[in-house]
Amino acid sequence: MPESDEAKRGRAIVVTSGKGGVGKTTTTANLGTALARRGARVALIDADVGLRNLDIVLGLESRVHHHLLDVLEERSSLDDALVPDKHTDGLFLLAAAQAREKDDVETAKMQALVLSLRERFDYVLIDSPAGIELGFKNAVAGASEAIVVCTPEVAAVRDVDRVVGLLGNRFRPQLIINRLRPQLVRKGKMLSVEDVNGILRLPLLGVIADEPEIIVTTNRGEPLALRAQSSTGAAYHAIAARVAGEDVAAPVPPESKASIFERIGSMFGGKRR
Amino acid sequence: MIEFLKRLFGQQGSSATAKERLRLVLMTDHLELAPEMIESMKRDLVELISRYVEVDRERIEVNFERQDRTLAMLANIPILGVNRPNGNGAVTHETPRPQPEPVAGADAPSDAPAAETKPPVRKRKRRKKSQRARTQLPSTA
Ligand SMILES: Nc1ncnc2c1ncn2[C@@H]1O[C@H](COP(=O)(O)OP(=O)(O)O)[C@@H](O)[C@H]1O
Ligand SMILES: [Mg+2]
Repeated sequence: MPESDEAKRGRAIVVTSGKGGVGKTTTTANLGTALARRGARVALIDADVGLRNLDIVLGLESRVHHHLLDVLEERSSLDDALVPDKHTDGLFLLAAAQAREKDDVETAKMQALVLSLRERFDYVLIDSPAGIELGFKNAVAGASEAIVVCTPEVAAVRDVDRVVGLLGNRFRPQLIINRLRPQLVRKGKMLSVEDVNGILRLPLLGVIADEPEIIVTTNRGEPLALRAQSSTGAAYHAIAARVAGEDVAAPVPPESKASIFERIGSMFGGKRR
Repeated sequence: MIEFLKRLFGQQGSSATAKERLRLVLMTDHLELAPEMIESMKRDLVELISRYVEVDRERIEVNFERQDRTLAMLANIPILGVNRPNGNGAVTHETPRPQPEPVAGADAPSDAPAAETKPPVRKRKRRKKSQRARTQLPSTA
């Protein structure tokens, strides 16, 4: 197809990690909120079929009447299944099926669905399930780019490394480091940003602190990105700006700013080995 | 290697431990080799090099390191003496399998003077501070 068509389409970005519980769903909800608040039209797809979560994080669970598989299996129209967000204009959710298996999704249909969403939205964010099996493959199938979420833990970094290997260059994966605790890093008790990315060596979109408020916002179904003045909310907005191609610095948790910049400085000063 | 790990585990915070574990686990992930295979590769490597020079088997270090998106093998093999120098001290690389010769001991007559012994074979310099003993070498660079 002509290249101009491709250029007119929105971007389909899969949010993935390999490991579970590192913050893919939280990241998808907050990044989607931040992108939509910049004025973009954003569709979120919960591709974690069987373990629906994204609706809860967004506070939309009571509004979901149709889900991804209903659309893929043509029991529902896309318009009926897309749930408008209650806090943010231009943000829509396509929820996962709760009582189904990941394997119920047909890869080709998923691709076609993402493609049709790209005709209508500026961004399609796909919240991938954990693992590297079919569920992951289906989540990735329609995507044109990837964001990998990693916590500063050995297992998470290892899994991201594996996922990035599986993704290859086509998805140009970019990294978000989640749940960093600057105090622990300073005490030498947690892997630092440069420890993690010294190994992964991916373009860094930003770093999100381990943020107790996220529990509260998830309880309420109000993503933290709604509060752009909070430091973590602001970090999500900075990440959104970077995703949108703006030349802003990758956000890092405030307490760790000095030390991280110092260390990044020394990283560039001397050849790393 | 073990010494290095011990020092890491003993002295630094757990992030250093995490980092080293991560390095090792990724090394095997990328090689898709079992640790035993790495050991056996190390043995073969030593066998091969021992045909040419006498190496300090106790102090051999083989590591894998990621450089950008590739993996490099870094071998540090201290040389105790030259076993089989030819005319100008160089060993012909083209010879795939030289006639096996009796391994010359340190006291065995050697054609090359000890002072010309090369420093440890370093495929690439590591800046790690592990106590790499080059002390037994007659001369170090
Ligand atoms: N930056 C953060 N700070 C604190 N808790 C977080 C953060 N990110 C995620 N969490 C929490 O971690 C848990 C797992 O997050 P989730 O987004 O569901 O991960 P995944 O989708 O990768 O399984 C949730 O309870 C979530 O509230
Ligand atoms: Mg999830």
